[in-house]
Amino acid sequence: MSLLSVRGLRKSFGGIEAVAGVDFDLEPGELLALIGPNGAGKSTCFNMLNGQLRPDGGSIAFDGQPITGLPPRVVWRRGVGRTFQVTATFLSMTVLQNVQTALLSFHGRLRSFRPWSSRLYLDEAFALLELVGMAEQGDRLCSVLAYGDLKRVELAIALANAPKLLLMDEPTAGMAPAERIELMRLASEIAHERRIGILFTEHDMDVVFAHAARVMVLDRGRLIAVGTPRQVRGDAQVRAVYLGS
Amino acid sequence: MDFLVIQFLNGLASASALFLVACGLSIIFGVMRIVNFAHGSFYMLGAYIAYTLAGPLMDWMPGGFWLALPLAALAVAMIGALVEITLLRRIYRSPELFQLLATFGIVLIVQDLVLILWGPQDRLGPRAPGLEGAVNILGSPFPAYDLLLIGLGPLVLLGLTLLFRRTRWGVRVRAATQDREMVEALGIRQDRLFTAVFILGAFLAGLGGAVQLPRAAVHHAMDLEIIVETFVVVVVGGLGSVAGAYLAAVLLGVLNAFGIVVFPQISLVLAFLVMAVVLVVRPLGLLGRPEAASRSTTGLWDTPIRPMARGRRDIVFVLALVLAVLPVFAGSYLLTVFSEVMIFALFACSLHFLMGVGGMGSFGHAAYFGLGAYGAALAMTQLGLPMEAAAFAGPVLAAAGALVFGWFCVRLTGVYLAMLTLAFAQITWAIAFQWDSVTGGDNGILGVWPSAWATSAAAFYYLTLLVAGGGILLLRQFVFAPFGMGLRACRDSPLRADAIGIDRAAHQRLAFVVAGAFAGIAGSLYAFLKGSVFPDVLAIPLSVDGLVMVLLGGLQTLTGPVVGAAVYKVMRVFLASWTDYWRLIIGIVIIALVVAFPRGIVGYIQQRIAPLLDRPEGDQPKAGPP
Repeated sequence: MSLLSVRGLRKSFGGIEAVAGVDFDLEPGELLALIGPNGAGKSTCFNMLNGQLRPDGGSIAFDGQPITGLPPRVVWRRGVGRTFQVTATFLSMTVLQNVQTALLSFHGRLRSFRPWSSRLYLDEAFALLELVGMAEQGDRLCSVLAYGDLKRVELAIALANAPKLLLMDEPTAGMAPAERIELMRLASEIAHERRIGILFTEHDMDVVFAHAARVMVLDRGRLIAVGTPRQVRGDAQVRAVYLGS
Repeated sequence: MDFLVIQFLNGLASASALFLVACGLSIIFGVMRIVNFAHGSFYMLGAYIAYTLAGPLMDWMPGGFWLALPLAALAVAMIGALVEITLLRRIYRSPELFQLLATFGIVLIVQDLVLILWGPQDRLGPRAPGLEGAVNILGSPFPAYDLLLIGLGPLVLLGLTLLFRRTRWGVRVRAATQDREMVEALGIRQDRLFTAVFILGAFLAGLGGAVQLPRAAVHHAMDLEIIVETFVVVVVGGLGSVAGAYLAAVLLGVLNAFGIVVFPQISLVLAFLVMAVVLVVRPLGLLGRPEAASRSTTGLWDTPIRPMARGRRDIVFVLALVLAVLPVFAGSYLLTVFSEVMIFALFACSLHFLMGVGGMGSFGHAAYFGLGAYGAALAMTQLGLPMEAAAFAGPVLAAAGALVFGWFCVRLTGVYLAMLTLAFAQITWAIAFQWDSVTGGDNGILGVWPSAWATSAAAFYYLTLLVAGGGILLLRQFVFAPFGMGLRACRDSPLRADAIGIDRAAHQRLAFVVAGAFAGIAGSLYAFLKGSVFPDVLAIPLSVDGLVMVLLGGLQTLTGPVVGAAVYKVMRVFLASWTDYWRLIIGIVIIALVVAFPRGIVGYIQQRIAPLLDRPEGDQPKAGPP
C-alpha cells in the first residue's frame, strides 16, 4: 500500500483550471519531486494535499485513510509535516521555542495554563535542532536568523510530529548553492533513516536530479511526465515545455 | 398603512445624514487604510459651524441659510486638511491600532474645543427657510425639510459614483484603493491624493452634520453617537464601498425608525444585532471585497516576551514592599486612588493579554469590565448576596459575555475585529442603559458596598492589592505557560499554527474568556470601590482608556500595561483636579505617543535606556518604530 495516493485531483479558480486531474503515488522513504514552470499548479497541488485548499474533485488517501478536504491541523495530526515556500515560523520566539511549541501541540499540552509546563520537551526540541544543525542557535530569535537557517528551523518544526510524510514547498529557495545541497542531503538522509516519504517542489534542477528518486512534471495543471530523473530529462515533451531546449 | 409609509420615510431621512458621514469614512478607509475615529467629530463640527454661520448669514442676505450649510462643510474640509497634513501623514506606516488611537486623540481634543468655543448647553438652529412646514403624505403630516434630505442621499451617491467612474481623479483614487504601491510607482503623488481624499471625506461628514441643523439640537455628544452608528453602517455595507454604505444606511435607518416604535426597549441593540448577523454571514460586509493589497504589519511582533531579568525583579520586589506598607503613611484618599490604579492595572493587563499576546485588538474591552461590575452589583442587590459571593458573579458574567462575543470575533481579524468588539461593547452598554427595571438605566445601581470588614480604605486597599496583584501575576504566568505560547503562535503565523495542529479559533476563544474573566474581576472590584455602578463602565471612553494604558506602557512588554495604567490614571486624577479640559491634554498625549513613542514607556526604556545599563544578552530586536 502506498503512503500517499492521489487520484483525479482537481481545483479551479474562477474558470481557470489550476490543477486538472492529477494522479500519483508516493512510497515510504521515497523522495518525489514535483517540478513545472511558474503557474503550473504546484503550490495549488501542495495546498490541497495538506488541507489548506479544498479540492473541487478527486481523492487523497494517506496511509490508507482518506484525508480529502480535512483542515491542515487534522492532516498534521495524521502524520503529515509541511514546510512553506516562504518560511512560516513564530518570529517573536526563539528557535528552540518554535520547535517546542510544535512538540507541545503534538503532545496535546498547548492548553495547559501551568507555567512549568513550558519546560516540557526541551530535550526533544534540542535533539531535533541537533538533527538539522541548528542546536547552537537555539536561543536566537527567529526574527534575526539568516534565511537559510530559517529553512532548517522549519524542517525541525515539520519533524516535530514524527511525520510519515513531509511536504516541502521549494525547500531550498533563497539559499546559497552550497546550503541547498546540504539541506537536501540532510532531508534525504532523514527520509531514508526514518522511512519518511518526501514530496517536494523545486526550481533548482541540480537539486532535483541529484536527490529525487522520481520526478513528476506538471504543466498547466496536468502531469505530463513521471519517471526517474534520467527518464524525465530525456522526455521530449518536458524538454519542450520546461527545460527549454 | 400610512403609518408604515411615514416611518419608512423617517428612516430614509435619517439614513441620508448617516450615509454622508459613512461614505466619507468608507472612502478614506478604502484609499488610506485608516479608520478615522474623528469622523464623528467632523460631523459635530459641521453642525456647530453651520449653527454659528446661519444667524449672521440669514441677516445678511435672504438665502443666507442655504449658504451656511455648504460653507460649514467647507470649513470642516479645511480642518480635515489640517489634520491630514499635520498628523496622519506621519503615521501611515504605523500599525492600524495606533492610527485608530491617534484619530481618537483628535476626538478628545475636538470635544474640549467644542466645549470651550460653544459651551456645554445644547444649541437649537433656525428652521430651514421655505421648508418650515409639513407636507401631507397619505393624510399624515411629514416635515418638508426631511423630504429634501431623502433626496440628498441618492444625489450624493450619484455624484460620488460619477466622480469615481467618470473623472481622471476618480480613476486614480480607485487605482490607489487597489494597489497603492503601483499607483505611486506610476508617478502619482500619493500624499496629494491622500490629502484630497481626506478633505472630501471631511467635507461629506461636515455636510452631514450641517444638514442636521434644522432637524435636531446641536450638542457635544453628537460625535460619539454618530461614529458608532457610522461604524455599524460601514461594516455592514463593506469597508471601502460607497454603494454598500448607502444600502446599509438605508437598512439601518429604516430598521431604527420601526425599531423605536415596535421595540422601544431594545432599539439601540437592534442595529448591532444586524451588524453581528451580517458579519457572520458575510464577514466583509454586504458589498465589501477582500482587501487587494493589505499592508503588512510585521515588525509589530518582532520583540520577544522574556521573563524579567534578576535586577528588575528586585525593583518589582521593592515596589511590592512599598505598596504593602503604604497604608501606614497614606491617608484614605491616596489609598483609594491607589486601589483604583491597581484595578485598572489588572484591566489593562487583561486587555494586553488579548491584544499584545493574542494579537487581537479589542476596541470594546469595557464590555467585560462593565459586565463584571454589573454582575457583582446585581448579585448583591437583586440576589441579596454578600460581597464575598457577589464578587464571583462579576467575572462569571464577564467570562460568559466574552465566550459569546469571542465566538463571533475570532472569525475576523484586524480592523473588522476591532469594530466588532466595539459593537458588542455598545450592545452591552445599550442594554444597561435601556433595561431600566433591572439595571436602573442611567441612574445606575447604588448601594454596592463591601462587607463590614473591608469598608475602611486601608482594608479595601489590601483586598485590591491581593486580588488585582494576584490577577496580574497569574495572567503573567499564563503568558509563559504553553497556552500563552500557543496564543503567540496564532498571532505570529496563523499559517504555521494551523500547520502544527493548533485549532486557532478555539485557542483564541479561550483567550477571550480568560481576558474577559480577569477584566470582570477588575470591574467587580471597581463596583465595590465606588459603591455604585453606572452605564459608563461599559462605554467607549473606558475601552479607550484601556487601549491608551496598554499602548502608553508598551504593547510588546508585560510590564507595560501596569506602568501605563499607573501613569495614565495618576495623570487623569491630577489633570481632573487641575483643569476641566483634561480631554484636550489626554488627546495631545495620545497623539504624541503614537507619533513619537510607538513602543510606549516600557518599550522605550527597554530599547533605548536598558542597553546602556546592561551588558547585551542575546539578540536585540531591530531598532526603530514598527
